[in-house]
Amino acid sequence: MAELTYREAVAAGLAREMDRDPTVVLIGEDLRAGGVFKTTKGLFERFGPVRVRDTPISEQAIVGAAMGAAMGGLRPVAEIMFSDFYATCWDGVVNEIAKARYMSAGRLTLPLVIRSANGGGIGFGAQHSQATENWAMCVPGLKIACPSTPGDAVGLLATAVRSDDPVLVFEHKALYGVRGEVPDGDHVVPLGRAAVRRSGADVTLVGLAATVPMCLAAADDLAAAGVEAEVIDLRCLVPLDAATVLGSVGRTGRLVVVEENPGQLGWGAAVAALVAEEAFGDLRAPVLRVSGGNVPLPVAKELEAEVSPSAAKVVAAAQRALDHRRVAPVG
Amino acid sequence: MSTDTSAGQAASGAAGGTHPTPDRNEGLTADDLRDLSPADQDLLLYRAMAFVRAFEERVETLYKQGQVRGPAHLALGHEAVAVGVGAALGRQDRSIGTYRGHHHALARGTPPEGMMLELLGRAGGVCGGKGGSMHVLSVEHGYLGSHAIIGAHLPVAAGLGWASQVLGEDRVTACFFGDGATNIGAFHEALNLAAVWHLPVVFVCENNGYMEYTPIETVVPVTYPAADRAAAYGLPAITVDGNDVSAVREVAVAAVATARRGEGPVLVEARTYRHGGHSVADPAAYRPLGEVEAWKARDPLAVHRDAALARGGDPAVYEAVLPEVREQVAGMARRAQEAPRPDAADAWTDVWSDGSSTWRS
Repeated sequence: MAELTYREAVAAGLAREMDRDPTVVLIGEDLRAGGVFKTTKGLFERFGPVRVRDTPISEQAIVGAAMGAAMGGLRPVAEIMFSDFYATCWDGVVNEIAKARYMSAGRLTLPLVIRSANGGGIGFGAQHSQATENWAMCVPGLKIACPSTPGDAVGLLATAVRSDDPVLVFEHKALYGVRGEVPDGDHVVPLGRAAVRRSGADVTLVGLAATVPMCLAAADDLAAAGVEAEVIDLRCLVPLDAATVLGSVGRTGRLVVVEENPGQLGWGAAVAALVAEEAFGDLRAPVLRVSGGNVPLPVAKELEAEVSPSAAKVVAAAQRALDHRRVAPVG
Repeated sequence: MSTDTSAGQAASGAAGGTHPTPDRNEGLTADDLRDLSPADQDLLLYRAMAFVRAFEERVETLYKQGQVRGPAHLALGHEAVAVGVGAALGRQDRSIGTYRGHHHALARGTPPEGMMLELLGRAGGVCGGKGGSMHVLSVEHGYLGSHAIIGAHLPVAAGLGWASQVLGEDRVTACFFGDGATNIGAFHEALNLAAVWHLPVVFVCENNGYMEYTPIETVVPVTYPAADRAAAYGLPAITVDGNDVSAVREVAVAAVATARRGEGPVLVEARTYRHGGHSVADPAAYRPLGEVEAWKARDPLAVHRDAALARGGDPAVYEAVLPEVREQVAGMARRAQEAPRPDAADAWTDVWSDGSSTWRS
């Protein structure tokens, strides 16, 4: 067991997969230099220019070449530097990669991964801070993994690389400096299996990536007030571990979904709808969402914090759920 | 000489002095042609083009009868590009094309029966009813699909070339696209990437003079939409008469050889003409009077037949080819029309590699 930062874990995870399988190759911008977030540090020196390929600033070429390489027998891991830049190559991702297997009735297989730095909280502004995982969730054919810990950064990446389906891995840039334990050896975390990070009977908090530590901080505060919150780390949006969420809500009767993407159409809405449809009878309070604001993300610290989810907002939402009293219809 | 069984059978049949077998639809590669006499090569090239012609004519009829599901973008007039380039590729090579791709699929050997079933929305189609006219493919024949977003597949071709390069495989990828694709970003990103990485890709622009309904010269400031731009990326570019299958084949052989030697990508721009509209639904009334007739006078089938006859080909043999393949395709269409419809439950398969479309527990 080694303690690594999240960014070191990404590089270590890539190295493990490249060691294991010679068909795993990297493609993206500035990889040789280690990447702007230092997530590919040392890989060029170790694996050489054939397997670690620097590209021009050409996102369409990156995702298209990853697709072609996957069709041609490699297992490429492409990097889109900031997840906001998916907008420059979204055609390749959603019209080509997501649909190739289906449109060919299973004759094309695309074992590829696209990694990107996602999310806000560090003042990068509206074009470099978005949480875009909800964009991908609108498109059948893409698996979506969002690690919240260094261990998961390795384990989910390993599974993604070995998957025969295209997987988008959203690394959270606010987590890159976070330290955590990474198991030695072949550490694999299955896609679509949520982790219960803390058990509790009073309210279920569902988070993803950077909102998981937020939920855990909120749970600490709630515990001080005598409330036991259960914290679920979804880990993946597709496949979605609905069973773990539904099971938890069945015990707590209260659900707060904490998502960083704008609330006007975030993944939390899909989770909330699913619980409303399938666990309505278990609910003792309305499902609440703590979401990113429906504005482009501003830069100044106070402004960005104003429109971003936070532990305090999660605590407030949990308290609202707990304070809810069902009112009998007037008769 | 290829040891591939189907190629061997076809080649020996033609080399034996008989004309190609009527049910021979497995495409036409360099491997099939290598050991044949020039006269037999001529005939096989003609037959391959005639088969595409007959197939597309039948699709047009079926479309007008309301039997084709979705749009159909025909290659009538484009036959020489697909067949000429196809004849320069080996069986191990790959190709990739566009929504106007029936000819590219057929030229590599994609089963026409399966294509017909796909177009008519019947069970057993090459895409299982999930792709249709714009997405036909045959992975086993090296045709990695028709792609329907303009330009999107050019970077994919670069990726196929990259895989061959990394894996040390002797495979060239031919990438077909239209003149209209030269104005989209993916074209430029792909050419640049292929050039800086020295990828074994031959980019083939099928310039038919129209980007959908608009004359290409009104939206491109250069004479050759693809070839003139290729220079900016350091790609050798060759322009060729796309209605002359021998000329196309000759430049394609040279381009494929360059790519195969590891000298990087080459671009071929073949000038041709679409006999019909952008799709069958388009009457193409925007074309100036006399233009279609002028190009039909240089019909790729006629151009090649005349050249072959001038080289001593037997007029009676050539005369018999089109009626024969038309009959063959008509039979395929009849059988496809009688074929069962797909099971509706098939709509829920093939999203994921486990065969399912399950997204949640």
